[in-house]
Amino acid sequence: MNHLPQSWGRPRDDIYGAYDHSYLQSNGPNQHTQSPIVTGTSVIALKFKDGVVIAADNLASYGSLARFTDVKRLRSFADSSIVGFGGDVSDMQYLDRLLSSLDTREAYCSSGHSLNAQNLHTYLAKVFYKRRSEFSPLWNQVLVAGLDAESKPFLASADLLGTTFSAPSLATGFGAHLAQPLLRKVAPDEDAVAKLSEEEAVQAVKESMKVLFYRDARSLDKYSIAVVTKAGIRLKEDEKLENQSWAFADKIRGYGTQVN
Amino acid sequence: MSAMFSQNPLMNGPNYSFNQAPSTAAAGNKEHGFYPYTDNGGSTLAISGSDFTIVAGDTRSTSGYNINTRYSPKVFKIGGTTSSQDDATLVLSVVGFAADGEALKERLDAIVKMYRYQHGKPMSVKACAQRLSTILYGKRFFPYYVTAILGGLDEEGNGAVYSYDPVGSYEREQCRAAGAAASLIMPFLDNQVNYKNQYIPGSGVGHALVEREKIPLGRTEVEDVVKDAFDSAVERHIEVGDGLQMFVITKSGIEEKYLPLKRD
Repeated sequence: MNHLPQSWGRPRDDIYGAYDHSYLQSNGPNQHTQSPIVTGTSVIALKFKDGVVIAADNLASYGSLARFTDVKRLRSFADSSIVGFGGDVSDMQYLDRLLSSLDTREAYCSSGHSLNAQNLHTYLAKVFYKRRSEFSPLWNQVLVAGLDAESKPFLASADLLGTTFSAPSLATGFGAHLAQPLLRKVAPDEDAVAKLSEEEAVQAVKESMKVLFYRDARSLDKYSIAVVTKAGIRLKEDEKLENQSWAFADKIRGYGTQVN
Repeated sequence: MSAMFSQNPLMNGPNYSFNQAPSTAAAGNKEHGFYPYTDNGGSTLAISGSDFTIVAGDTRSTSGYNINTRYSPKVFKIGGTTSSQDDATLVLSVVGFAADGEALKERLDAIVKMYRYQHGKPMSVKACAQRLSTILYGKRFFPYYVTAILGGLDEEGNGAVYSYDPVGSYEREQCRAAGAAASLIMPFLDNQVNYKNQYIPGSGVGHALVEREKIPLGRTEVEDVVKDAFDSAVERHIEVGDGLQMFVITKSGIEEKYLPLKRD
């Protein structure tokens, strides 16, 4: 034993040989995220005539393991927008901190007006694009829901590559395959959005969450749902899927066990 | 003496379990699991006339077999003084990786705006074309994965179309198709705009055949060619569809047109 802390608790050199520090290498290549680890599955969202509905389940998976079952993947921003996160959960938590500091900064310096959902989406898209250009991506696909500069419903997506797009309904991950067709049936275009009521939109989103739980193996029946309108945000984080039933299954004909 | 009985050959250092991790950086370059590009599909097209230029693109955005959205413009006005770009004189179309396209558009727009503030006049297409090439080449070793087409009117007031590859090679052309369905549209354009393989019937045999006389197309004819080109591309290419956005650049300004395409 000597006075040097780095040798405390280490195997004695006279017995085991000189300590090999090489595993503590601080030079060499920088390690970046090469794949997501703990992940959230789909986020789905739908515009209606005076706002947006957005939902995501409360599960964080570790591969096929349902690791954390109470993770809130919808985040409100400035009491006027909601961000829904899919993909890596640690990157989601980093972005959450980033958005908190942005919110604080804006609240202190601003001239009284705050960032709307469109501004927030642009910000996130630029963060994603910068990080992908540094080969150190934030492994998420996010949906931003809220209102734009003209106070009209706003819904857009941004992902780890910096790709952005906007549509009457959006879904990430598995939802892009399963939920999006159902949501597009309800709101095929902006004209349909202008006629869609809040109740119909919430109903369609809840139905889609149910279909996702039936068929997405990395999903959960506990979910968060938020409605953003001019009046503000209504975020519910402990919802449970209702009226689950496989009763429709025995009416399905033409494939599976009932061939005809 | 005790070192003799330990299992550790001192020459190589101790055998800790965590030594299995490579203690030095692996030789050669690290293989990354992250690919920074994607293809968002779609097609663009530009044709120049005697006193106008038309730049068009479909509005579908795809990733794989999914449709991201049915309305994501690929054609942009460049260098106007306001956010509505009402007084712009140039049009840029970008197709390929949409995020790079957006970044390229934003950069060129900022540069053309700065030019206007500093010189008190709009940038010419020729100057903008050269600048765009420089921007693209500036990222030669991490390119903007896009095929760009720049449209405007030259100093004589004639239609001008400049086309690019992702690393900045460019040339002025009569017409150009780019993107997913470029290989479907370009031969059609060669035939219908430049009258390639069109001869005057009975004018001769073999090399003595006389080519059809080349006359510049009028604006309505060009608009029809653009519509037909996209309607045909939609039939045969799954990444093209939903909507057709057209910008008609004339000396009196830029006119925007939107037509629905098949959404299947």
